[in-house]
Amino acid sequence: MAGADGDDSLYPIAVLIDELRNEDVQVPNVSGGGLPGYRSKRSCSSRETFRCLRLNSIKKLSTIALALGVERTRTELLPFLTDTIYDEDEVLLALAEQLGNFTMLVGGPEYVHCLLPPLESLATVEETVVRDKAVESLRKISQEHSPVDLEVHFEPLVKRLASGDWFTSRTSACGLFSVCYPRVSSTVKAEIRQHFRTLCSDDTPMVRRAAASKLGEFAKVLELDYVKSDIISLFTALASDEQDSVRLLAVEACVSIATLLPQEDLESLVMPTLRQAAEDKSWRVRYMVADKFSELQKAVGPEITKNDLVPAFQNLLKDCEAEVRAAAANKVKEFCENLPEENREQIIMTHILPCVKELVSDTNQHVKSALASVIMGLSTILGKDNTIEHLLPLFLAQLKDECPEVRLNIISNLDCVNEVIGIRQLSQSLLPAIVELAEDAKWRVRLAIIEYMPLLAGQLPLTKSLCRVVVYAIREAATCNLMKLVEKFGAEWAQNTIVPKVLGMANDPNYLHRMTTLFCINALSEACGQDITTKQMLPVVLKMSNDQVANVRFNVAKSLQKIGPVLDSNALQTEVKPVLEKLATDTDMDVKYFAQEAISGTRFTLASLHISTKSDLPF
Amino acid sequence: SASAPSTPSKVDGFPRRSMRRARQRRSHSSSQFRYQSSQVELTPLPLLKDAPVAELHDLFCKKLQQCCVLFDFLDCVADLKGKEIKRAALNELVESVATSRGVLIEPLYPEAIKMISVNIFRTLPPSENPEFDPEEDEPTLEASWPHLQLVYEFFLRFLESPDFQPSMAKRYVDQKFVLQLLELFDSEDPREREYLKTILHRVYGKLLGLRAYIRKQINNIFLRFIYETEHFNGVAELLEILGSIINGFALPLKAEHKQFLVRVLIPLHTAKSLSIFHAQVSDTAYCLFISMCLTLSLQIIRGLLKYWPKTCTQKEVMFLGEIEEILDVIEPSQFIRVQEPLFKQIAACISSPHFQVAERALYFWNNEYILSLIEENCQVILPLVFATLYRVSKEHWNQTIVSLIYNVLKTFMEMNSKLFDDLTASYKVEKQKELKRDRERADLWRGLEEHQDRRMQMLTEAARNQRNLQERGERGDPPTPSSPQTSISDHNEPKPSGASSSSSGGGEGTT
Repeated sequence: MAGADGDDSLYPIAVLIDELRNEDVQVPNVSGGGLPGYRSKRSCSSRETFRCLRLNSIKKLSTIALALGVERTRTELLPFLTDTIYDEDEVLLALAEQLGNFTMLVGGPEYVHCLLPPLESLATVEETVVRDKAVESLRKISQEHSPVDLEVHFEPLVKRLASGDWFTSRTSACGLFSVCYPRVSSTVKAEIRQHFRTLCSDDTPMVRRAAASKLGEFAKVLELDYVKSDIISLFTALASDEQDSVRLLAVEACVSIATLLPQEDLESLVMPTLRQAAEDKSWRVRYMVADKFSELQKAVGPEITKNDLVPAFQNLLKDCEAEVRAAAANKVKEFCENLPEENREQIIMTHILPCVKELVSDTNQHVKSALASVIMGLSTILGKDNTIEHLLPLFLAQLKDECPEVRLNIISNLDCVNEVIGIRQLSQSLLPAIVELAEDAKWRVRLAIIEYMPLLAGQLPLTKSLCRVVVYAIREAATCNLMKLVEKFGAEWAQNTIVPKVLGMANDPNYLHRMTTLFCINALSEACGQDITTKQMLPVVLKMSNDQVANVRFNVAKSLQKIGPVLDSNALQTEVKPVLEKLATDTDMDVKYFAQEAISGTRFTLASLHISTKSDLPF
Repeated sequence: SASAPSTPSKVDGFPRRSMRRARQRRSHSSSQFRYQSSQVELTPLPLLKDAPVAELHDLFCKKLQQCCVLFDFLDCVADLKGKEIKRAALNELVESVATSRGVLIEPLYPEAIKMISVNIFRTLPPSENPEFDPEEDEPTLEASWPHLQLVYEFFLRFLESPDFQPSMAKRYVDQKFVLQLLELFDSEDPREREYLKTILHRVYGKLLGLRAYIRKQINNIFLRFIYETEHFNGVAELLEILGSIINGFALPLKAEHKQFLVRVLIPLHTAKSLSIFHAQVSDTAYCLFISMCLTLSLQIIRGLLKYWPKTCTQKEVMFLGEIEEILDVIEPSQFIRVQEPLFKQIAACISSPHFQVAERALYFWNNEYILSLIEENCQVILPLVFATLYRVSKEHWNQTIVSLIYNVLKTFMEMNSKLFDDLTASYKVEKQKELKRDRERADLWRGLEEHQDRRMQMLTEAARNQRNLQERGERGDPPTPSSPQTSISDHNEPKPSGASSSSSGGGEGTT
């Protein structure tokens, strides 16, 4: 009974198929009112329950196939699936996905073509996600076909889809040409090219869109001669389609096509179309050009970039639609980086920078913020002098921009400017603006400043204004950053600047601020060392054990446990212990609990002072 | 990324929407203005009504050419004089084409169509609000409307003029023109869509050669809306036009029109924004179809059941409303063919925790015609819904629903008391049976999964053995029939009490 075939009697196909058809099976039962029990168990409606069940069965299709064995999967299960393809889209989606992994279950590569009929039907359904998934699975199993099977079984399927009545099958066909083309004979190749050509000029825009989106992929598998003779004409036609949704997809294909062609052909074969796309009357197409600009730049090479793309890029940066300007602004750094080195600086200074300057005061905040996210990168390209002279004023303007997103993007990239112009320049020119931002009305900006503070602190000299930033950090309870700061500047600095501020808040009328004192102490004690902790911090903590708010009191207990390892044993015994014992008899339950926790934790510390790291554990 | 590229990716966590919302609403203008090469200074021409008859057509033509100049409306003070001259000229043209006869002579057609094209055809600008919700948000209005409206008005009067000659117009109002006109239906400005609707209707009415093309392109727009972008502002308007077009279809309906119903109209129900054009789908298009061909009701109901909005109660209520409208006119023979899946769905709606859904479904029993259909088929329908009614009557949170269900149960009891009693009696037994079936199903799957595990184990074992054999073959070792190398070495080493590496490590610590 252990063998694979012995299970046949256990799981007759009918039972398994019933599982797949669950709803139908249930029909007679419903009449008897058998369902309520089912429904009361799960809180979904009956139909949904059915669907859940059937969906689950489909998702476990491989289990069923395994139980049936390869032979019966081929002869019984797959025909059943092919016949009952009409179903809800969720079920079909699951089915389309499953079938892509079914090769072993039908008996390996030599039988893989059995999977084609159900997938073919799935590739023609209306719902896009199902169709896409079916095509994905078909592409996957195409690799498992032998070259002969590919011509005998797979290629005819592609042809059938390509000449289907309804647009859905033709759209699906577009995604399948490129996977079978490389592995078939030259006559079949010619047919495939012909089919693709036909679909590129299809009547329905949906099909033309699908073909346009696969044009680049298809071009990659074609022989260079055919790229020149076939693909270019298709590309030109699609790029001047009457619908902008088709034209913009041709821009994507342009990248792949340009990569394939030798440099000397680019000018005549690709550039006229690309120039036209960059000045298309539809902003969607121009947006696409802007969005793909770096790829296009790499594909066409330095010479064409210099002569053609630079003016095109200038136009995109000055486009009348904000969407296009923002997309182009996003590419400023990458574009400049990839310019040919010998005249990079000259091109940027005379052509790009003037446009960038205009964008800094653009009317649209998305354009400005797109620019702000990349503009700092220009400093590495342009070098110190240009940065100081031309870029710093722009940074400064953006740091003071009315839109928080713009300010934030600038702050987030400060480090790369520092590398170029050095600390002195940076602190002189930008620090005042940064300090101002620490009091920004938008909490996200303040948060960003705090998060960047350790970084800033590493780069900016210690000034009074920086200390003000630190104060804000304390207010915002950014304790983990405090620790990093103290590590950087040392205990003495902490004692003079931070500790007084922290301790000052212990008397704040707001209990949340009083707790902030405790949190800061937790973070600082280790970095500050035993002396400061025992002499300055401990008295404050102990005093706070009399706070009227219970939350503060139990945080005192937690803090005492936390700073225990830093304190000397004398202070622990004479000062900490009595306070904790007092707290352990507190009226509040939580205070009691945490005090006891601390006592047991601290006792551990007393026993083995050396293993201070374990002091967090109660035992 | 198929057709509408999204706005550039965000650089941080700022929600774009909130900022968009915060910004003040304003009107926008399309980018066409930028593409005009140079701004021309307009000079006022003599009035049409003062022109001598001989010069009338010439002057009319000049005015048309003058109106081809576009103005920047975002800058509301720019070139006020020019704007005023164009406005006056447009007004005159509208007036003239509407009132005086004999103005529209052949040479004016290309000029008029050119003027219209230059003004109205433009790429619609990106939406100010990418998540524009027509129900919640104020639409962005077209800035150049003061001129645009007059151009549309002129176009409309031109088409409606008694002098209008379709045979001359068709040379200029061609397929490309119509396609551009249809694209404009995506405009966010409802005033513009209203004009477009009337105009397209006139074009359809007068230019017979374009009819099939217009229908096909509308289909394409809908299919793109359903399957690709889910965004098109003019769906309701296009449906209204179709409503009146369908009205004029010859009987019996052509296959093309039936296909439109099944492949376009019904799938339109899957759209998220159904509520915006629901009235148009159901009232105009649907009821018309059914009134022309009663057998179609079957297909519509099946389609609705297929696309039933299981997770959207608001749409469920709409669907129920539509179903009731169709049932109102369905033939009993058709009803019988669809009753089983239909009443299963209705039962599901009755047990919905959302009381509006349950209520809407229960209202079916207030409809006399539907009630008569139910009564005729009580033997089938009562068993389908009984269990649900029985259970929901006991556990629904909303009292209105409970009392509605009691009424329905009472109605059934009066219809067929014998069946009702049988069902009541067997309710508990059937419930037990169902539980048993559940258990059996669980057992079956457990068995299947164990079997799968066993098979998988066997397969991996086989693969490993094969690999070992191969390796040995390569090394020239004699094949050993027993278990693989690793396990042998495990067994050969004597270990006291199955001590694993981790426990031995712990042992070291204690010593």
